[in-house]
Amino acid sequence: MWAYILRKLLYNIPVYLGIILVMMLALRVSDPVAAYLGKNATQQEINVKRTEMGLDRPFIVQYATFVGQIVTFDFSEQGWNNKTSVGKQLASSIPPSLAITVPSLVTSALISMTVALIAAFYRGRFPDKFLMFISVLGMSISFLVYVILGQYWGAFLPQQRLNTDVFAVAVSAGADVSDPWFFLRPNKWVYYCMLPVIINVIVTMGYDTRYYRAVMVEETNRDYIVTARAKGATRRKIMFVHMLKNAMIPIITHLMITLPFLIAGSVVLEMYFLIPGMGRTLINAIVNKDFPVIQGFTAVLAAIFIVSNILTDVLYALVDPRVRLS
Amino acid sequence: MTNSTPPILSVRNLTTSFRTERGWITAVDDVSFDLAPGETLGIVGESGCGKTVTSKSVMRLLPEHLSRIDARSRIFFRETNLAHAPEKVMRTIRGKRIAMIFQEPMTSLNPVFRIGWQIEEALRYHTELNSHERRDRIVEMLRLVEIPNPEKRIDEYPHQLSGGMRQRVMIAMALCCEPDVLIADEPTTALDVTIQAQILALMNQLKEKLGTAIILITHNLGVVAQVCDRVMVMYAGRAVESASVAEIFHHPRHPYTSALLASIPKAGGKHKGQRLHAIPGIVPSLFELPKGCRFQDRCDYKQQRCVDEEPDLIPHDIEDHPVRCHFPLPAKPTVNGRPIRPHPVP
Ligand SMILES: Nc1ncnc2c1ncn2[C@@H]1O[C@H](COP(=O)(O)OP(=O)(O)O)[C@@H](O)[C@H]1O
Ligand SMILES: [Mg+2]
Repeated sequence: MWAYILRKLLYNIPVYLGIILVMMLALRVSDPVAAYLGKNATQQEINVKRTEMGLDRPFIVQYATFVGQIVTFDFSEQGWNNKTSVGKQLASSIPPSLAITVPSLVTSALISMTVALIAAFYRGRFPDKFLMFISVLGMSISFLVYVILGQYWGAFLPQQRLNTDVFAVAVSAGADVSDPWFFLRPNKWVYYCMLPVIINVIVTMGYDTRYYRAVMVEETNRDYIVTARAKGATRRKIMFVHMLKNAMIPIITHLMITLPFLIAGSVVLEMYFLIPGMGRTLINAIVNKDFPVIQGFTAVLAAIFIVSNILTDVLYALVDPRVRLS
Repeated sequence: MTNSTPPILSVRNLTTSFRTERGWITAVDDVSFDLAPGETLGIVGESGCGKTVTSKSVMRLLPEHLSRIDARSRIFFRETNLAHAPEKVMRTIRGKRIAMIFQEPMTSLNPVFRIGWQIEEALRYHTELNSHERRDRIVEMLRLVEIPNPEKRIDEYPHQLSGGMRQRVMIAMALCCEPDVLIADEPTTALDVTIQAQILALMNQLKEKLGTAIILITHNLGVVAQVCDRVMVMYAGRAVESASVAEIFHHPRHPYTSALLASIPKAGGKHKGQRLHAIPGIVPSLFELPKGCRFQDRCDYKQQRCVDEEPDLIPHDIEDHPVRCHFPLPAKPTVNGRPIRPHPVP
């Protein structure tokens, strides 16, 4: 198994280098320095800044330098706009993102799978039809509607009418969020993160439930299910042992595909709830043309994507004996 | 051939319907048969004649809310009527009293569990053996079905085995709790010819050794000749003829049976160049069954009466050879004027 993981890692190194190459080229298509300094900058100012940032060197040198920095985890370069180092910005924005995404992912996966199991169990009958109706309904409403109604009903109204301050409408300007672990403290987490997590779960659940149900219904039609019944297995055993392990294969893929997007942060949620996570930090950097931050964050996100791909392969190998380890 | 011992399985007026988008269809219509202890009954007919539905009705493996077994139907296993028995009762029957193997060995085993685990499951449900004894029993069963290296194979996954080996695993799984009845639904259809012969030989041998009564479902009368004692021929949901193997092969009474016999590929090179008689036409759709005999459109002997009224299944001259035909074939039948060669009966 370790050899398998190592091999997967080795395979993915050239892929990652390719992604970095394309990303760096794309960021240099239009001059980042001129864009940052704006229309009023003189050519001389631009040249000075460019030399200062090392962007006047040949591309291949810049590429080698950046790859070297990634490999040595050297993210000490300063942002142009936000003068803290890229590394510090990463360190302070990853925990808040995780505080939203990990609970969202786990809760939504557990609930969706349970609901899907119930629906598949009662396939074609009332509970199934009812649950699927709710799912479609949930799916057809825009994310923004959930965010706005969630903020209004979940936080604003209770505060105004009931004088209960359970959830924050958004992270207030006064809150001291400089400590990256701020959002992970239980009381702070409930106050600032729980509402966005609930919204996130509701948003993803409709689609996920339908997808998992389809996967499970497909599995219930397989021959091995009849074999298990013919052996005298109970329906529960068949659902939770025979079928679930097979259904895990497509479900893992689905979960892993959503993982990088989740870690990149639900940009929309972070923007609306003013949570200083990766998504919000990256968007701010883009708005301010903060070149080193954009480059550094993109490289990290690409790495997360690659790692979750490898993780998918490893989980596959654990669940599906047909995956060949050699 | 009359049997004085009471049958182990006695099916009476089995009628199974399915709910479809176009209404209810009756896939098995008023089928009755007996299975004596240790006997091998063949159920024969083309694809779509209701053989699988018959066997799954006996095991009650059909989807509950999409199918219905008629209230008049009786499926007696010993004294228990399984036709409308609750799931709880069925679970003590399935795998323990009546076991089943299926057509597709490639998909019938669960791909993500070891074969030892899958066989063990049946033992866990139906026996008191501890895990050590269970393992011994599994190895013993794998050896019985002639799987080489059973101690090693027990920890392998289905994809590591060939189709023939998987069918052997299925047989081991079905027989590990020593059931009284084994239902084999086209167990060799998906296998190539040499493997087919091996599996049939194995079944024959196990039948002798364990005394299990077998219902062998097949569309191939050649297979029947090798294994069965009695045969029931099905057509479009109806039992159309039923007799001992010798009777069926030497004196088929129903034109359908006779046509099936003519379509058996003969072994050996003697009949090279002689074309097989594939039966022209197809089994009628259950949605558009004719008023009269269901075989009328494909029958060489069709008369007006066959169109007007459906024949009953009635015993003709010999007690144990009922046939559902207004004009059953004479004792020495011909098809297209050509006498039928009696198939060698083992
Ligand atoms: N679940 C089902 N729903 C509707 N019709 C079915 C179902 N299962 C079987 N049938 C119909 O019952 C008939 C008999 O099928 P089957 O018993 O599988 O035939 P075979 O003799 O080939 O085993 C076919 O016409 C088939 O279409
Ligand atoms: Mg069939």
